[in-house]
Amino acid sequence: MSTLEIKDLHVSIETEQGRKPILKGVSLTINTGETHAIMGPNGSGKSTLASTIAGHPRYSVDSGSITLDGEDVLAMSVDERARAGLFLAMQYPVEVPGVTMTNFLRTAKTALDGEAPSLRHWTKDVKAAMADLRIDADFAQRNVNEGFSGGEKKRVEILQLELFHPKFAILDETDSGLDVDALKIVSEGVNREHSKGGMGTLLITHYTRILRYIKPDYVHVFVDGHIAEQGGPELADRLEEEGYDRFTGANAAAGA
Amino acid sequence: MSKLNDVVETVTEKVSNVVEEVKAKVGSPTETSRVRIDGFTEEGENLSPLNEDSSPLGGDSSKSHSHGGGEGIPDSSRAGRTTSFHRADFGKLTGREEDWRFTPLKRLRGLHTADLDGTAPELAVVAPDGVRVESIARTDARIGSAGIPEDRVAAAAWEDFREATSVTIPADTVIEGSVTLTINGVSKDPAAQHIVITAEKFSKGVVVLDHKGSAVLSQNVEIVVGDGAELTVVSVQDWDDDAVHASAQYAKIGRDAKFKHVVVSLGGDLVRVTPSSKFTATGGDVEMFGLYYADAGQHLEQRLFVDHAEANCKSRVMYKGALQGRDAHTVWVGDVLIRKEAEGTDTYEVNRNLLLTEGGRADSVPNLEIETGLIEGAGHASATGRFDDEHLFYLMARGIPEDAARRLVVRGFLTEIIQQIKVPALEERLTDAVERELEASGAY
Repeated sequence: MSTLEIKDLHVSIETEQGRKPILKGVSLTINTGETHAIMGPNGSGKSTLASTIAGHPRYSVDSGSITLDGEDVLAMSVDERARAGLFLAMQYPVEVPGVTMTNFLRTAKTALDGEAPSLRHWTKDVKAAMADLRIDADFAQRNVNEGFSGGEKKRVEILQLELFHPKFAILDETDSGLDVDALKIVSEGVNREHSKGGMGTLLITHYTRILRYIKPDYVHVFVDGHIAEQGGPELADRLEEEGYDRFTGANAAAGA
Repeated sequence: MSKLNDVVETVTEKVSNVVEEVKAKVGSPTETSRVRIDGFTEEGENLSPLNEDSSPLGGDSSKSHSHGGGEGIPDSSRAGRTTSFHRADFGKLTGREEDWRFTPLKRLRGLHTADLDGTAPELAVVAPDGVRVESIARTDARIGSAGIPEDRVAAAAWEDFREATSVTIPADTVIEGSVTLTINGVSKDPAAQHIVITAEKFSKGVVVLDHKGSAVLSQNVEIVVGDGAELTVVSVQDWDDDAVHASAQYAKIGRDAKFKHVVVSLGGDLVRVTPSSKFTATGGDVEMFGLYYADAGQHLEQRLFVDHAEANCKSRVMYKGALQGRDAHTVWVGDVLIRKEAEGTDTYEVNRNLLLTEGGRADSVPNLEIETGLIEGAGHASATGRFDDEHLFYLMARGIPEDAARRLVVRGFLTEIIQQIKVPALEERLTDAVERELEASGAY
């Protein structure tokens, strides 16, 4: 069993107006087999948390720690984090010119495993995983994400999740921009991988909709760069009814 | 059926991309910011930072923003360009000329001013049986069979070369394997060279010009593709770092002939290849491919001309370039002229550039002149993209180390051209050469 532990994390970004703090002391522990949902209004820092875990250079960690089974994640480069077992399904996957999906998937798999996958099994695995996610076979020959629709890009993120078998998957608003059918397909993919028992999931979302398909064990409400409330799945139901109003300053004042 | 039957005009597009942005780089220390963009002034874009304000579209005219709306109007038609076997007819180069405005004349090392009487590169030919290889005199009838110089440097070489090398694939002969002309530069004095490649009617073959070593060379390559012949010419510029090379390559395409031309420019300080294909009868089919990879400080220029002078011919052009390092500069100009008599023409040209680091400049200028509306199709495209930190982040976030991520992108981008060569040993060598280019820049 693995543990991803985030302790008192403070993160800021450089803006034209100077340094701006985004995360203001986030602590969170995820174990293998658990699904944690992070919910919160726009601008609360949810995606910053995801990008920081993956090591995006835009975000600087001012204090706090992230460890994976005791190893210092913050000391690792982006590719080392991935090889250590962290996977970020991105909110806006970029198009990579000149690189076919086939080539990309094989290269990544080789890098992650430290050896090239057996060609015969790999081709079969990729085909099967693509079929499960209703991704057209001809996508394999297209350049990574090039000309893919928003929904197709998200499905391709989950395709990678299923092929790479990470220890921890961070899904950054994977549900946004998906219609109900696509949402179901993507959720099934996450559940398939999760059910194998080797993965912990951090599900970042603005809406409760995806939680109908992916059942969280824990729900954390993110407001202004920190966790304002935590609970079980019932907290999501409450948010569904009440929205984020009671957590935001304006409404708190209005209610007073 | 014409897709463009209302369009009888000259289209000139210009895409200049300068990348000087400095962002946080994944996996490497952040560089200090530089604010300097070649070719851009406070007033706007200056098309030729190389030759100062002197370019026809530079200086005041650049402020008017529109193409040709300034004081200096570029030569209105490719058809009207001066052609001559004598350098004097072109006058002294200033860098203002439309076809020299991107070239740093100072780095030509005298090719445009000196007598080209230095020792020409050694030329060794390896040819399969059946191919005729000859040294021919200036007076030989084959000299001038395919081309007339279109610029001063080419004309200078035409005036100054002593004897030429002729390679002939005889009529009805299909050559197995390829003919390779290894051109090995041994002198840094300005020199001239002349090569004539003839594929007689209904012959088929592949000819490779493989340039190595160091030279200051102006070269004319005449290519005659006979009726019904099928010829591939590959010109590889794999020079040492200090070489200067201007190569005018003229192809004359016969009836129902097929011609494939591939330019690969990797090494040299300044390499300027000007390939042209002229249809002289109907039914011709031309494919022109190019790959260039410029490192810091290198100037790699390619100026193409496809002359649709006859009806029912087809042309496809695809050039791809990669740039890395400070002051890497590439130029691609693709002129396509569809003359009035060239009804039924089908043409498309595309240029793609990939900027791998900050500090490079890719100029891309597709020009399409259409003098008849009765054509099958005519189009062009140009795109210059940047391999940026977000691409790098995406690939690295999937476990791929930084150097491998760059290799993946560049290899994918350029392989498409290398695959066109169809000479396995050469394809392999060039793939390796591209890999070396990437590794050489180990500064990442």
